Amino acid sequence: MLLVQCLTVNYRNVSALRDISFKLRAGALVGLIGPNGAGKSTLIKALLGLIPAQSGRVLYGDRPLIQQRRQVAYVPQRSQIDWDYPTTVWNVVMLARSRHHGWGRSPSRQSVQIVGDALGRVGMLDLKDRPIGALSGGQQQRVFLARAIAQEADLLLLDEPLAAVDKKTEALVFQIYDELKAEGKTMLISCHEWGGILNHYDELLLLNQQLIAQGAPQEIMTPENIQLAYGLLPHQKHFHDSVEPLFFC
Amino acid sequence: MLQWLLEPLSFEFMRNAMMVGILSGILCPVVGSYLLVQRMALLGDVMAHSVLPGLAIAFFLKINILIGAFVSGVISALLIAWIRSQTRVKVDAAMALIFSSFFALGVLLITLLRNKLELDGFLFGDILGVSQADVLRTGGITLLVLALVRLFYQELFFYTFDRLGAQAMGLPINAIYVGLMSGVTLTIIASMQTIGVVLVVALLVGPATTAYLLVKELHQMMAVGALLGTIASIMGMYTSYYLNVPSGPCIVLISFAFFMLAVLFSPSQGLLTAKTRSPKPTS
Ligand SMILES: Nc1ncnc2c1ncn2[C@@H]1O[C@H](COP(=O)(O)OP(=O)(O)OP(=O)(O)O)[C@@H](O)[C@H]1O
Ligand SMILES: [Mg+2]
Repeated sequence: MLLVQCLTVNYRNVSALRDISFKLRAGALVGLIGPNGAGKSTLIKALLGLIPAQSGRVLYGDRPLIQQRRQVAYVPQRSQIDWDYPTTVWNVVMLARSRHHGWGRSPSRQSVQIVGDALGRVGMLDLKDRPIGALSGGQQQRVFLARAIAQEADLLLLDEPLAAVDKKTEALVFQIYDELKAEGKTMLISCHEWGGILNHYDELLLLNQQLIAQGAPQEIMTPENIQLAYGLLPHQKHFHDSVEPLFFC
Repeated sequence: MLQWLLEPLSFEFMRNAMMVGILSGILCPVVGSYLLVQRMALLGDVMAHSVLPGLAIAFFLKINILIGAFVSGVISALLIAWIRSQTRVKVDAAMALIFSSFFALGVLLITLLRNKLELDGFLFGDILGVSQADVLRTGGITLLVLALVRLFYQELFFYTFDRLGAQAMGLPINAIYVGLMSGVTLTIIASMQTIGVVLVVALLVGPATTAYLLVKELHQMMAVGALLGTIASIMGMYTSYYLNVPSGPCIVLISFAFFMLAVLFSPSQGLLTAKTRSPKPTS
């Protein structure tokens, strides 16, 4: 179980997230939605301690998440990666195993097996020796999904893994999510699109600087919420009725 | 021809200089590759100029100048990281500022402390002054840095490719940064005498960039870069000997010539040789 309490993040003087509190149950497939600039990437980074939070706590099980980083797989937003980096698909996925063998050791046979399997699952095994710069956007996303799988983590935090992905790949990716869910993994996945696709998730977190709503897709995808998150500024309306306060910050 | 090749080697100073040249020809491209892939090529230049105040102070206090140079190089890297993280100043501005200030401080200190330090030799390289001890020192640094790169290859790859991902997985990214910058500084110290601090960036960046045009993986880039760096160093030494000119500029220009050849004739990406020219992506 992931428990977030009163998380507030500022970038210098700009407020990015205010008093975010929520709970994710183990084994849930959760969508993190909100418009551009809502703070989705910021939230994911703050959960992992990649950017400092002004206040708040992030617990996984009963200990702070940042003490259990090996249990978390993180997929950065595609724009954060330099795709001209001289390396291949295989090497990128092998990064997932960095902490599984000692310094200077070559990967164990087990790691090679796991990386091969992960690439197979996302349908990228044939392209394993390709330079990453010679991949399409959707293929690049699948490489990072394979990296997250190969890490064998319990909690997956994926930042817009479906950006630049076509319908066929999208179906494949959702099938992989379902498999991972069956293995008991918890997944928090950001995306900025609003539409039928959100019905694939067990639960949605609607974010725009504050947590506007959390719940099953049908409950969340109401015209009022779309207004709140994508139309009006959130503070122009009171929206406390849609979020049960987990904590008073 | 053989005579032409062997004659310079009959002098001890040339044998020493050749050894140091070869060692830094191997070392610079390996370390420089890590700078290049982070788009931080100029950081090499910054660090090179930043060793100067340390040199001057160490010389004045009669402590090992290697220690002085190392400390001042690493301090400059930490200052840049600090300015980047604490202010809105972009990294190129931070680098320009630190680089010129450290260099200025170095020049002032050398003058003020009336050092008998041969400024020109440090700036542009002076093969006449390379002693047996320098060869040993450079050899030691080369072995040390190459061993560390071998040991931490995967961690450095992760850090330079996806810093946040590395941090998310719990790699000690601050320690990795300091380690990498220490490696860059040591490399610069090792190369100071044959190529000089003003031009060492060319050997850090040149052969590795040429290799980048020829291969597709980081470790290949290091290997091919080291080969090109070695050849450039050797050719530069001969040119320097026969034309009686400083060795640094010769090495730099030869490595630039290699780069131009690769730009034109690289099998996969050469302007004149690649079968299908794909337009440069504009991302
Ligand atoms: N490094 C930074 N420094 C200052 N402000 C930042 C920084 N990164 C993000 N911000 C600001 O924080 C807010 C949230 O940004 P964030 O990237 O988390 O949004 P997002 O929901 O991921 O958007 P997108 O859908 O575009 O990826 C934005 O207003 C952005 O301008
Ligand atoms: Mg984002």
